[in-house]
Amino acid sequence: MSKLLVSPSPHIHSKDSTKSLMLDVVIALIPAVVCSVVFYGWQELMVLGVSVASCVLLEWAITKYMLKKPSTIGDLSAVVTGILLALNVPYTTPWWVVFVGAVVAVGVAKMTFGGLGQNIWNPALVGRVFLLVSFPTYMTTWSKPQGLFGVDAVSGPTPLGAIQEGLMQGSTVQELTSAYDYKDLLFANLGGSAGEVCALALLAGFVYLCCRKVIKPWITLSIFATVALTSLIFWGVNPARFTDPLFNLLTGGLVLGACFMATDYVTSPMSVWGGVVFGVGIGFLTVMIRYFGSYPEGVSFAILIMNSVVPLLNMWFKQKKFGRK
Amino acid sequence: MSKHTFSIGGVHPHDNKISRECALEQLPLAPTVYIGVSQHIGAPSVPCVAVGDKVKVGQVIAEPGGFVGAFIHSSVSGTVKSIAPRADLAGRATTHIEIAVEGDEWLEGIDTSDTLITTIPDDAKAIIDKIRLGGVVGLGGATFPTHVKLSPPPGSKCERVIINGCECEPYLTSDFRTLLEKGEQVVVGAALLQKAMGGVPCTIAIEENKPEAIAHIREVIAKLGYKDMEVMVMKMMYPQGGEKQLIDAVMHRQVGSGALPISVGAVVQNVATALAVYDAVQKGRPIVDNSVTVTGECFPRQANLLVRVGTPLKYIIDYLGGIPADAAKIISGGPMMGRAVANLDAATVKGTGALLFLTEKQTRRAPETHCIRCGKCADACPMGLEPFLLNKLSKNADWEACEANAAQDCIECGCCLYSCPAHIPLLDNIRVGKGFALSAIRARAAAAKAAAEAAKK
Ligand code: SF4
Ligand code: SF4
Repeated sequence: MSKLLVSPSPHIHSKDSTKSLMLDVVIALIPAVVCSVVFYGWQELMVLGVSVASCVLLEWAITKYMLKKPSTIGDLSAVVTGILLALNVPYTTPWWVVFVGAVVAVGVAKMTFGGLGQNIWNPALVGRVFLLVSFPTYMTTWSKPQGLFGVDAVSGPTPLGAIQEGLMQGSTVQELTSAYDYKDLLFANLGGSAGEVCALALLAGFVYLCCRKVIKPWITLSIFATVALTSLIFWGVNPARFTDPLFNLLTGGLVLGACFMATDYVTSPMSVWGGVVFGVGIGFLTVMIRYFGSYPEGVSFAILIMNSVVPLLNMWFKQKKFGRK
Repeated sequence: MSKHTFSIGGVHPHDNKISRECALEQLPLAPTVYIGVSQHIGAPSVPCVAVGDKVKVGQVIAEPGGFVGAFIHSSVSGTVKSIAPRADLAGRATTHIEIAVEGDEWLEGIDTSDTLITTIPDDAKAIIDKIRLGGVVGLGGATFPTHVKLSPPPGSKCERVIINGCECEPYLTSDFRTLLEKGEQVVVGAALLQKAMGGVPCTIAIEENKPEAIAHIREVIAKLGYKDMEVMVMKMMYPQGGEKQLIDAVMHRQVGSGALPISVGAVVQNVATALAVYDAVQKGRPIVDNSVTVTGECFPRQANLLVRVGTPLKYIIDYLGGIPADAAKIISGGPMMGRAVANLDAATVKGTGALLFLTEKQTRRAPETHCIRCGKCADACPMGLEPFLLNKLSKNADWEACEANAAQDCIECGCCLYSCPAHIPLLDNIRVGKGFALSAIRARAAAAKAAAEAAKK
């Protein structure tokens, strides 16, 4: 020992790092990724590959050539964005559309704000919404079952409910069954984006993140609760016009959004109560957009809208300070 | 067994109590000791011996420099060699009294036997005075003179004495060993403190990771039959032993910002202090030594040593086999709140509780990255602060905003920096903001006082 290190306390650090947390998110997404690849096949794998590779490469290139700063890809956040973006688009999306989505997600929504931690909106969602608005045809190639989200198709709610129920129970056994036609239909029914197929796989990832204390469950739970409650009221009043709570919970990427997008650290409130209000807002807006909006999909917009008020929520809902009123 | 804990924040560092099986052992006397005159919070003590004087163990060698001050006693017998500035643990030059050790002769009137004296004197004032004469200061880290803490300002009343046996810092085991090996003395010390505060109830708080100590102290209390004294089992959580946190956990009362524990009726003393109180009151034995945990995974020989005050660190380390090659940092105290030692020639003080050796790998701080707004720092802060915000305000030198966001309440526990996944040196920056916020508050208080006095005239 040559020289004693002298630095202020604390002298030890927890094992957590940005990288380890992001790695946990990647791990939590694995069941959903596996599920979607199993269901959709090589096309989904290509979407995933293109998305992750573009996100990571773009971040690397931007930090290196435009910002001239040390690369940040080591924190794995670009990988997370890549996976989330891929799970948010249909498996039939052409590779160049996916790439455009990555450019918007990483290049615009993340890096122009200064990189991880500085952005206001969830990058993957910005990418997705951009694609939805710019390339509606590619983003809605599940057009056939789109009627399910619309008013017309809902006129027969009971069979729909039955389909959803069967799906929930059947989704894990489906790999075992070889009824491809049946599966395609079911996935299409669910909205067509890869990440929307496997509620159970996504929930497993969510439970993992909660157990690892990477995220707290309150945001997600309050979204679920609000969606269930709001649609219960509407559905209770007019079941012929409005879809039922379970249908709303399981479709349109709500589970993916609530578990993995709304809980993004950077774009969600810090305190528990802030998170609950955030979740209630997302849940309510989602249902409203679905019932009354012109887009079939409400979760992405709802999350992005609520992302914008996070600074306010952080200001209004603070942890009570010790020994102060 | 129900466990108690504080209400906000906290972290769970691995407790690493690798020296818990090492019984207290007496460190042989060093050839020379260096006794500092600023070993406590408050005014430095004033030396009352001269170079060339012969002193005995327990003899007063420096007197309190003010009301908030403490007697300092010689920890050895021998000759005063010099009274001169010398670098302390942090490397600052402060006055030290150098004594060459000759034999081990104790001052008359000090009872050095092991006989346990359990009768509690009736006079609270006399107890407190003996504590003062014994040079007792808080040994849990703050080294605040104990007799001052035991003299509540008029209008406030103590309702409970809490003995802090949490030892929530990782690695430290000296309080644990003291509870196990000198439990009787600690319990009598607690009873003395109870008496001194007017016969209030007493809680001895011990963290759940010390079941032997919990069982032993319960036994001792039952055996000695003291009334209104209980052991409370605390959840393993850092900083359980923080004064404000412990009061919150035990009494469910939160000490306000800038207020003292007595404002909610609490007096907290740590285990080592309770032992010192016993020694001072029952045995007439001032603080001349204290127990020091010497530990660290890289350190070859773990130990809990009884060390005379003023022993050079180097002497202790050499006794145990020298500094291991891979040690990068030596910490006086625990890894969360202890101070890095700048100089090995420095001598121990009354409050030295541990020497911890960490390797480069254990203590290295990863490079700082962007805040990812995860909120982990805020979740961890036991004072309910927002470290990420205070960090930013401090860096922007916005001292007013620091104060408005309660930077002055920070107890420097380190939970925020410990938890931050982006490795932002939160506490380093917050300390600066806290300093400015505190001085602003003090300046205002002083100005208000001056104005009030001017108005009176
Ligand atoms: S060091 Fe201060 S700001 Fe950080 S957690 Fe502790 S009390 Fe809170
Ligand atoms: S723990 Fe670190 S990264 Fe997380 S919010 Fe606090 S300062 Fe930011």
